[in-house]
Amino acid sequence: MAQVLTQKYVVGADDFAAAGAASAAVKKTLKQLSFPVDFIRRTSIAMYEGEINMVIHGGGGIASVEIYEDCVKITLADTGPGIPDIEQAMQEGFSTATDSIRELGFGAGMGLPNIKKQSDEFEIISEIGKGTKLTITLNANS
Amino acid sequence: MEAITHSVTLDADKCKGCINCIKRCPTEAIRVRNGKAVIMSDHCIDCGECIRICPNHAKKAISDPISIMDNFKYKVALPAPSLYGQFKGNRDANVILTALVNVGFDDIYEVALAAQSVSDYTKEILPGARALLHGPLISSACPVIVKLISIRYPELMDNVLKIITPAELAAVAARAKAVEETGLKPEEIGIFFISPCPAKITALKHRIGYDEPVVDGIFSFTELHKSLLPAVEKIKEPKDLSKAGIRGIEWSYSGGEGSAIGENLFVAVDGIDNVIRVLDEVENDKLSNVRFIELNACPGGCVGGCLAVENPFVARARIQRLGMTMDDSKCNNSVDPELLNSNILNWKNTPECTSILSLDSDRGVAIRKLADIEALYETLPGIDCGSCGAPSCHALAEDVILGTALESDCVFKLRERMGTLFHEMAELQEYMPPPFREIKQ
Repeated sequence: MAQVLTQKYVVGADDFAAAGAASAAVKKTLKQLSFPVDFIRRTSIAMYEGEINMVIHGGGGIASVEIYEDCVKITLADTGPGIPDIEQAMQEGFSTATDSIRELGFGAGMGLPNIKKQSDEFEIISEIGKGTKLTITLNANS
Repeated sequence: MEAITHSVTLDADKCKGCINCIKRCPTEAIRVRNGKAVIMSDHCIDCGECIRICPNHAKKAISDPISIMDNFKYKVALPAPSLYGQFKGNRDANVILTALVNVGFDDIYEVALAAQSVSDYTKEILPGARALLHGPLISSACPVIVKLISIRYPELMDNVLKIITPAELAAVAARAKAVEETGLKPEEIGIFFISPCPAKITALKHRIGYDEPVVDGIFSFTELHKSLLPAVEKIKEPKDLSKAGIRGIEWSYSGGEGSAIGENLFVAVDGIDNVIRVLDEVENDKLSNVRFIELNACPGGCVGGCLAVENPFVARARIQRLGMTMDDSKCNNSVDPELLNSNILNWKNTPECTSILSLDSDRGVAIRKLADIEALYETLPGIDCGSCGAPSCHALAEDVILGTALESDCVFKLRERMGTLFHEMAELQEYMPPPFREIKQ
C-alpha cells in the first residue's frame, strides 16, 4: 500500500513573525523524505506564497499537507473575505494588498500566479464572505 | 598531517556530560553518551559553538604543535586578517608582522593581500556567475557555511562562489615566493596559517577545492598569543612588511568582503543562527534581488572566531582605526598576477552534498519512519530537557526510530514505565494461588 503522511498547520491571521513557519516545516519534512531538491524548492515556494496569502488576505486558516511517495497535495483553506474575481486575481501584478502590507515587502501581486507556476495541479474555490480554498498538487517526477 | 575530519574535538577528562553543547549545536550533532559528549562527525560543521558554550572548556580545536616548524628549513607565517585586531594599543600592521618574524618565522605573507586579489577576481566573475543562477551568489570564504550548505541546503550549492579562500591563495603565493627567493625545494618550505577558528583549520587540512593541502601547519591565535604578545610589546623599529591595505584586512569582520568587492547589492550576515535563517529565505526565493551574500558563522565575522583572543567588537574597532592610518594605495596591491588565473582560483572539485536530514533513501521507508517519529514525539513530554542526551524531544524521537536510542532513555517515559511496573507488582502481591484463594460460588 502506498505510504502517505498527513500534516496539519494552523496559520494565524496577520501574524507576520510566524508567517512561513508551516512551509518551513514542510520543507524540512520533504528533505527528511529525500525528495529531489528541485521538487522541494517548487513545493516550498508554492506553499510559502499560499501561506503568506492566508496571513495577509485570508484571516488565517488551516494548511493541510498530504505527502505521498511521488507527490504532495497541499490544501490551504481560510475563512477570509473570499476573492470576487478569481480570473483577475490570477493575473501577475494584480493585488488588493494595502499600502501598509506593501511596505512590508508583500502584496506584489505575484502570489497566486507564482503558486500556479510551481504546481502541477491547481484548483481554487472561493466564496464571498465564506473564504477561499486552494488545492495544489506537485508531482516529484514531473 | 594526521587524518582527521574535524578540528573540533572533546577533552573527555574535562567533559561532565552536561547538556550545554547539545542544546547549542546548530546541526544537532552532539549527544551525551556514557557521561560524555559525542560529536557525530557527519553532522558537525566545525562552527565552534560548542567550544564557545562549554562551561568546562572540554571542547577544543585541534591545531598543530608549534614544534612542527622545526621540520622545515624556511618558515612562512600567513596571518589571518583578524590577527591585526588582537593587540592592545594602536598597533601598526608592520609591528604585528615584524613580531611574527621575531617569534621564529623567516617571512610572512599576509592573507589580507590575497583577500584583495580574491576580491578582484570575485568582482570580475560575479556578473557572469549570476547570469547563470537563480538568486544571489553566496560567499565561500567561511568554511562553516560551505559545510552547512553541503549537508543542509544541497540545492544552494549551485549558488556558492566556487573559488579558493584568501588563506589558500596566500599559501600558494607564499610558497612560490619563498621558492624563488631562497632557491629551496617547495617541500623544504613550511607554510603556516595563523587561524582565528577551527573551521579554517579543518578546511585547510581537508581541502574543499584543492586536491592537496596547501599549508604545512596551522596555529591558532590563542596558541601563538603567549609568544606573540611579548614580541609585539618589544618592537621599537618595525620592518616594512605590510603590503595589504584595509580593503583586504577588513575581510576580518562582517561586511568587509562585500565592501572589498565593491558590490552595492550585497547582504552581510553573521552568527550561525542568523545565517540559517537567511539561507532558509534564499531557499524560499525571498532574496532574489540580492546579488551577493556574505555569510560568516561567527558573531561579527572572523574577529568573532572562537580561537581569537580579543572580543570581536574591540578587535573590529581596532581594525577600523588601523584603516584610518593606512595608505589607501595599498588597497590595490595584489599577489603575483601570474597566479591569478582560473586554474588556481577556481575549485578543483565541489564538496559532496549529502542531506543529513534524509531518513532513508527509499521514500516509502522514509515516510514510514517519519510517521513513527511523529507518533512517538506525540507521547514525549515536549519540554526538551536534554536528560536523554539528545538536544530535544524531537531529536530523541528521531534517534529512537533510527535505532540509536531507546524510548526509555526519556526520564519521563522511564517514570511512566516504573509506575506501570509498580502497579503490576502491587497487583501481583495481592494475587493468591487457588489453594489460598476464596472462591466465590
